[in-house]
Amino acid sequence: MTTTAQTMYEKLWQNHLVEEAEGETPLLYVDRHLIHEVTSPQAFANLRFHNRPVRHPERTIATMDHNISTRSIKIDAAGEGAANQLRALEKNCKEFGIELFGMGHKNQGIAHVMGPELGLTLPGTIIVCGDSHTATHGAFGALAFGIGTSEVEHVFATQTLRQNKAKTMKIEVKGQVGAGISAKDIILAIIGKTGSAGATGYVVEYCGEAIEALSMEERMTVCNMSIEFGAKAGLVAPDQTTFDYVEGKEYAPKGEMFAQAVSDWKQLKSDDGAEFDAVITLEAKDIKAQVTWGTNPGQVISVDGIVPSPEDFSDAVEKESCINALKYMDLTAGTKITDIQVNKVFIGSCTNSRIEDLRAAAGIVEQYQGQQVVANVDAIIVPGSYRVKEQAENEGLDKIFIGAGFEWRLPGCSMCLGMNDDVLAEGDRCASTSNRNFEGRQGRGSRTHLVSPEMAAAAAITGHFVDLNA
Amino acid sequence: MEKFNTHTGLVVPLDVANVDTDQIIPKQFLQKTERVGFGVHLFHDSRYLDHAGTQVNPDFIINKPEYKDASILLARENFGCGSSREHAPWALQEYGFKVIIAPSFADIFYGNSINIGILPIKLSEDEIEQLFQLAPNAQLTLKVDLPNNVVTCGDLSFKFSLNEFQQYSLENGVDSVGWTLNKLDTIKAFEDKMPAWQ
Repeated sequence: MTTTAQTMYEKLWQNHLVEEAEGETPLLYVDRHLIHEVTSPQAFANLRFHNRPVRHPERTIATMDHNISTRSIKIDAAGEGAANQLRALEKNCKEFGIELFGMGHKNQGIAHVMGPELGLTLPGTIIVCGDSHTATHGAFGALAFGIGTSEVEHVFATQTLRQNKAKTMKIEVKGQVGAGISAKDIILAIIGKTGSAGATGYVVEYCGEAIEALSMEERMTVCNMSIEFGAKAGLVAPDQTTFDYVEGKEYAPKGEMFAQAVSDWKQLKSDDGAEFDAVITLEAKDIKAQVTWGTNPGQVISVDGIVPSPEDFSDAVEKESCINALKYMDLTAGTKITDIQVNKVFIGSCTNSRIEDLRAAAGIVEQYQGQQVVANVDAIIVPGSYRVKEQAENEGLDKIFIGAGFEWRLPGCSMCLGMNDDVLAEGDRCASTSNRNFEGRQGRGSRTHLVSPEMAAAAAITGHFVDLNA
Repeated sequence: MEKFNTHTGLVVPLDVANVDTDQIIPKQFLQKTERVGFGVHLFHDSRYLDHAGTQVNPDFIINKPEYKDASILLARENFGCGSSREHAPWALQEYGFKVIIAPSFADIFYGNSINIGILPIKLSEDEIEQLFQLAPNAQLTLKVDLPNNVVTCGDLSFKFSLNEFQQYSLENGVDSVGWTLNKLDTIKAFEDKMPAWQ
């Protein structure tokens, strides 16, 4: 008997394939569905219209994250539109029997921070959410991806989704990264190499020594930004780091069942000799601290570099994109990255708001030995969840930040997308640990530079980007 | 969902790559609980000179009077990247777009569009370039024939393809949830075999 070597994605696919009927898109089983206030109300409305129940309410968990105030746990604190959606979520969850972590709940937080820390995110599962950063959960070896509201409705009613099979891409980061290089730098360097649509149509598996060495928090940062180069999902093979993280979490399997699960999870990694449709290799030692200079995450460069010129690009579309980006970003080609001055700093988002991110940022603040956030800069820190906030406060990180002049806020998506009042003004320039530097993303006419928590902290204290390794 | 068969319409050329869903519908307009009311905010930051949306930007191509009745959007690569918000195709549809033609689309946007009855058509870079050459001054009207998978304009014709089931769903206006609910027995049989921890 011959068996074909399979990739992790193919195994996850096979394990969840409910049906592949002639002439129909394959039907996959969804183990876990995370929902929030912004992309769910229309799905609930359609269920109600058709008089259809949520088939497995216990497989769906709701949180409030996108719209909420980071200054108050009051539902009305972020305006009428937000309050309407938050109240609609409360009503819908009650009516359809879904557990909700609302304002003030100890489990409330950004969906992609809350799910993993509660053990709702398990290896070997399919996890979906009406949010493109759902790929975060791929860090556990779960097939996790963002969906639209029509698909949210489909999952509610059937606990399945129709999906075309993606191509597979292996991204190997060989060797070890240098001192001070974060997971954010790794993923930004990958996106810089592939371009912002380099993995469209693919599910990416990250591997290699540099990936294996990452903690779960760091792996989440890497997988989180898979969508930023077009990937359907990002995966890291589950290993002892993964199992140790999951064990004992509130919603994770316990005892005998956990042992059985680990035994199944150990089978997930790609077989030796499994073939990928594309392979990309990076040398970890070449990765330096990264800063985006343009208006998509692929427009990124090392902190010791200069702002590129349109002449640096041979492709006509990239050249045009560079011209437009420099104009929008108000940057001149040839400017040293370390000469770019910022007036806003945001440390948070589902990319970089976990406890390790906050520790890393606090570590940099401490290195500046009592220096304050520079006078013309406003810097905010938004933990990813109540649990992260509590942990950070137990460790005294909040005192380090507040003492240095940062604002210490309540958990939520906040300035990553600015659906609440954490919005940049026109012309503001922000060092942001979030995931998107699109035009207008953080506020109309505002300019976003994506960086690691360490770089954001240094920018807050100095007012510009800093080559911390120089 | 409305059935999609053939559509003939005016093409508006949006000569921009990597149009993300934040540009298509900015975040401040996502605070609705209904599926309507998004079309007026389509491409808000480009369409209006002010944040409040009171001053129309006369230079933005979609605002030009000759494209007022356009129903086919022509764009460059990686259209619809970024956020998974279905509000983006809702906004395009409510504005009046029935077809979007580009060399490539972001995956989530592509699926969301089909799920609400917008036809996204992928053509080659060369074909897209030809259409951009023909489109200025509101000169290009295309006939889109979904059953035959072809886009035509005079003697010019371009073939396109679609996943079989997505094509069937669009042509027949399939209620995808209802379709899958007919398979509950198969889904239950699958659930019975799942490991306990899952």
